[in-house]
Amino acid sequence: MTSAVSFQKVSRHFGSVRAVDAVDLDIVPGEFFAMLGPSGSGKTTCLRLIAGFEQPTAGSISIFGERAEGVPPYRRNVNTVFQDYALFPHLNVLDNVAYGLMVKGVGKPERQKAAEEALSLVRLPGYGARRPGQLSGGQRQRVALARALVNQPKVLLLDEPLGALDLKLRENMQEELKSLQKALGITFVFVTHDQGEALSMADRVAVFNDGRIMQIGTPEDIYQRPKTRFVADFVGSSNVLPPDFVQRYSGQQRWGSLRPESIRVGRGAKGDGVAARLVSTNYLGATTRLALDADGLRLHAIVPAGTAVPEEGEAVVLTFNREHLHLMDEPA
Amino acid sequence: MSLDAAMPRATAPAILPGSGGLRGALSDLFWRRPQLLLLLMLLPPVLWLGIVYIGSLFALLLQSFFSIDEFSGLINREFTLKTYGDLFQAANLDIILRTVTMAALVTLASAIIAFPIAYYAARYARGRWKALFYLGVMLPLWSSYLVKIYAWKLILAKEGILTWLLAKLHLLWLLDGWLSLPVVGGNSLSVSFTGTFIVFVYVWLPFMILPVQAALERVPGNLVEASSDLGASPGQTFRNVLFPLALPGIVAGSIFTFSLTLGDYIIPQIIGTSRLFIGQAVYSQQGTAGNIPLAAAFTVVPIVIMGFYLWGAKRMGAFDAL
Repeated sequence: MTSAVSFQKVSRHFGSVRAVDAVDLDIVPGEFFAMLGPSGSGKTTCLRLIAGFEQPTAGSISIFGERAEGVPPYRRNVNTVFQDYALFPHLNVLDNVAYGLMVKGVGKPERQKAAEEALSLVRLPGYGARRPGQLSGGQRQRVALARALVNQPKVLLLDEPLGALDLKLRENMQEELKSLQKALGITFVFVTHDQGEALSMADRVAVFNDGRIMQIGTPEDIYQRPKTRFVADFVGSSNVLPPDFVQRYSGQQRWGSLRPESIRVGRGAKGDGVAARLVSTNYLGATTRLALDADGLRLHAIVPAGTAVPEEGEAVVLTFNREHLHLMDEPA
Repeated sequence: MSLDAAMPRATAPAILPGSGGLRGALSDLFWRRPQLLLLLMLLPPVLWLGIVYIGSLFALLLQSFFSIDEFSGLINREFTLKTYGDLFQAANLDIILRTVTMAALVTLASAIIAFPIAYYAARYARGRWKALFYLGVMLPLWSSYLVKIYAWKLILAKEGILTWLLAKLHLLWLLDGWLSLPVVGGNSLSVSFTGTFIVFVYVWLPFMILPVQAALERVPGNLVEASSDLGASPGQTFRNVLFPLALPGIVAGSIFTFSLTLGDYIIPQIIGTSRLFIGQAVYSQQGTAGNIPLAAAFTVVPIVIMGFYLWGAKRMGAFDAL
């Protein structure tokens, strides 16, 4: 089967800055694909390469088997939901949504009907006559989505679309986007710096850093089995364990990672396990996050709320199941 | 307690420190009554605008309803529309039509020339290039208007540099062909309407570039990308996104170029034919002819035209994107 989007050794350099550096990537048709990484990691540039706003310095990009280098954005059957929505301020909502059909020469009654349907799809029926300026952030987001979807793109690109929304709205939109993607069967490529968002929504996640992909895999893969220290640290703020520490428990001189929720914290200075001192506690609602100091090694543990937590400064003993200690590929 | 140690009580700020004398009392008063400060700030400009500017305009309007006694040459201070009737004499109507046509063409040409320059400055020029842009646009405004016009007279003259350049390029036939045309042609560019047009465009162009640039500056770059992403070719993006969003700037610029051309009497005096423009008509009517009412009536023409122009622009939705 041809990939929806395929990158072969794609690079995009801006002067001496390697925004994207020899990236290989295959996105399966119909999947929800997330590009996750800190700002400046190259994820947005990759999205812009797919959209056609940027051209690769080297390498080749194909979209559903067709070579895309040199093809301008307006000849690609790919649509984008922009980070700040980029709605046309001089057009009303209906004309915004119908824009793509209008420039393709679809007749007025037909394109307005399609735009109305798209607005219903994003649960904004009857909002057509309003101006973008009269809508709330969440509503603009939906209009931007409708404006892209009305063109029935082969690939829908979403550039941090939920970044400007408040938490409650963001959670709602995450669920909606996910179900919309399932219902429509369109390939979604989603850029985010929020690891929770990527893990909860995507079928597969690519973790970016410094213009390279660190790891591609299912959310579970990425979370449970990070390949590098960067991935372990960035996704879910795992405890990264140095090779000497790992040697004691696994017998192998390699970097390891341990999820904070895998650590059990016991009171007392003695006992089987790692001796540590509790530095601080952070109450997070459903859980409590503990910062620990194990002979100079800073560790974090997450315990369910309601667990008896030792006093700050108290000596504790840390235990964990050895199966939970994940060994990373990264050489020591 | 540690706060006390860090900041001894003696120097700790009180909640209600002293008012600080007259200046302090005054700023306290303005803080409590902001409208008072607003009134004080607005009073001088409102008086200036209301009395000196609008007042004299009103006096002018009043003059246009008087008439002149053709035998004695004295002004007859009785309300009449006769002077306005005089505007519709063939010779006067000719002047109005000529001026309006020239103003419209100058505005159109300015908009066409200004747009790419403004677009470049708004979207691409950064740092040093932007400074160079402002300098390039503003520099001509710093030198005397008369000097520039006389310089153009030399450039456009039959023995001028333009003729010389075209001769070197073997394009003199083009100039001669153009000058042999009726209305726009003449003996040389400096005594033709074409010359008047060129100089008008040159002199008013900055007034078009700056507002268009300001309007384009406010168009977020991602709107252009969004349009392109939705399948619009660059031409379609220009028509459907850039142009409508730049329109308020173009209209603002055209108010300058149009009204300045309507009222100018120096450029057509120095460069062009002997046929009059509105400004020249006003100048000669109130001066040598001593017909103040007709001069006033001529002055009302650009005001009325601009009124209709703005009304039409608003109806066309030129200010919707504001």
